[in-house]
Amino acid sequence: MRLPILDYLTTGKVLVVDGATGTMLQAAGLPTGTPGESWVLERPEEIMNLHQAYLEAGSQMILSTTFGGTRARLAAAGLSDTVAEINLRAVELARQAAGEERWVGGDMGPTGEMMPPLGPLTYKDAVSMFAQQAGALAQGGADAIWIETMSDLKEAKAAVEGSRQACDLPIFCTFSFDTHGRTSMGIRPAEASRAMAELGVQGIGANCGHAPEELLTLLPEIRQAAPDAYLIAKPNAGIPRLVKRQVVYDASPDLMAELALRYAEAGAAIVGGCCGSSPAHIAAMAEAIAGNRSDLA
Amino acid sequence: MAHERLFKEMTDAVIAGLPDRARELANEALRSDIDPLAAIEQGFKPGMDVVGDGFASGELFIPDLVMSGEAMKAAIAALEPEMVKRKQQRQVLGKVVIGTVLGDIHEIGKTLVATMLAANGFEVHDLGVDVSPQRFVDAVREFDAGFVGLSALLTTTLLNQESVIMTLKEAGLREQVKVIIGGVPASPEWAEEIEADGYAENATEAVDVFKTFVLA
Repeated sequence: MRLPILDYLTTGKVLVVDGATGTMLQAAGLPTGTPGESWVLERPEEIMNLHQAYLEAGSQMILSTTFGGTRARLAAAGLSDTVAEINLRAVELARQAAGEERWVGGDMGPTGEMMPPLGPLTYKDAVSMFAQQAGALAQGGADAIWIETMSDLKEAKAAVEGSRQACDLPIFCTFSFDTHGRTSMGIRPAEASRAMAELGVQGIGANCGHAPEELLTLLPEIRQAAPDAYLIAKPNAGIPRLVKRQVVYDASPDLMAELALRYAEAGAAIVGGCCGSSPAHIAAMAEAIAGNRSDLA
Repeated sequence: MAHERLFKEMTDAVIAGLPDRARELANEALRSDIDPLAAIEQGFKPGMDVVGDGFASGELFIPDLVMSGEAMKAAIAALEPEMVKRKQQRQVLGKVVIGTVLGDIHEIGKTLVATMLAANGFEVHDLGVDVSPQRFVDAVREFDAGFVGLSALLTTTLLNQESVIMTLKEAGLREQVKVIIGGVPASPEWAEEIEADGYAENATEAVDVFKTFVLA
């Protein structure tokens, strides 16, 4: 039986989470433009296959297929009536795959809407959407709420507040610093991390973003601003590009393995992958973290 | 000389992203009988240029560009009735149909490009996100557009930029328009491969790329 996730992290061991969901489901046949969340109810076996692949690769924690599981995002896909059902079921699938030994993070991504003065999403509505989602994730059996790819600090705060309203699970929150070392909204790593630390968020870091090497300069800034939080590094495997109509990722599994070690050296307590990373990338990272890659040391 | 002080304040209002202030200054220009076109070109637009450069170089970010665009729009809206009365209009550099391609709901980048193009004198028809090739074709016909801007943020939807170009060809409209593509996974090589006319890395660069075809 697994320890509570925070108890495990206090042991100082680096936790390996999973990699990309969307790009992997597309490789399995999810049509472009269809959100992965729709497969939670329609093709649960494909969701299970993906979880299994990451678990076999060495992920100690997997994330539910609920990145776009807020009411706003599901409404855009015509799925607004199934918010609770999709989030609950997605965590149940992840839990079933992970068994009792490994952890499940209940994933929450941005609503896709902007807050005033840039857009119509009020803070109150954002909190309510995240609370609805977090409630279902907790009910489904998540070990933690995993907020990621945030670019607007106000929205991240709303996600934290919504989670707190709905449950008392630990909260991990990462931002995408993809624009000249800041989020697309111009938020610096230190500012984002300090704000999350002040809210008592237990895990803080960077995901998605630009080139995975950039995290090496971002992580120290995050760590300095939030020294008591568990530091998270979950980058893209480079930026996918189309070359001769084939999707090409810049970062190989070996590069990600090497970077995983360097993230850990920089203090990362949790490492994983985002867009473009596959079970092969996660397997290489897990091997490196486990100390089985003497070629990289 | 007094005009120059007002023009400077207009520029500053756009840089600071203050729509109310920009509207106020536009109205002040009207009361002072300042040529509305001069107010736009010498007052407000230089502010967008500063913000565009700051965005391209990484000093300014999405919120800055959006709010400056709002200030620019507020100013133009306030000046427009007087321009109509004077039978004036800004020189239209070209008519643009712009949108994010089918299967892709990423809005922000496309909207920033639309804002910058409009601020720089293009007539912009923004079709929104998840736009089918046929809707692009229909809009090119409807607005007699000379430019098509195609945004895509996913590698998988990049292929739909090509679909739009092919549909334009089939409709016999390809020669009428310059097609400019953008989006994180797009590249100059991809533009070449699908026979687009240009590629732009960001909203500021997009204005330059579109302009090269105006002068041509």
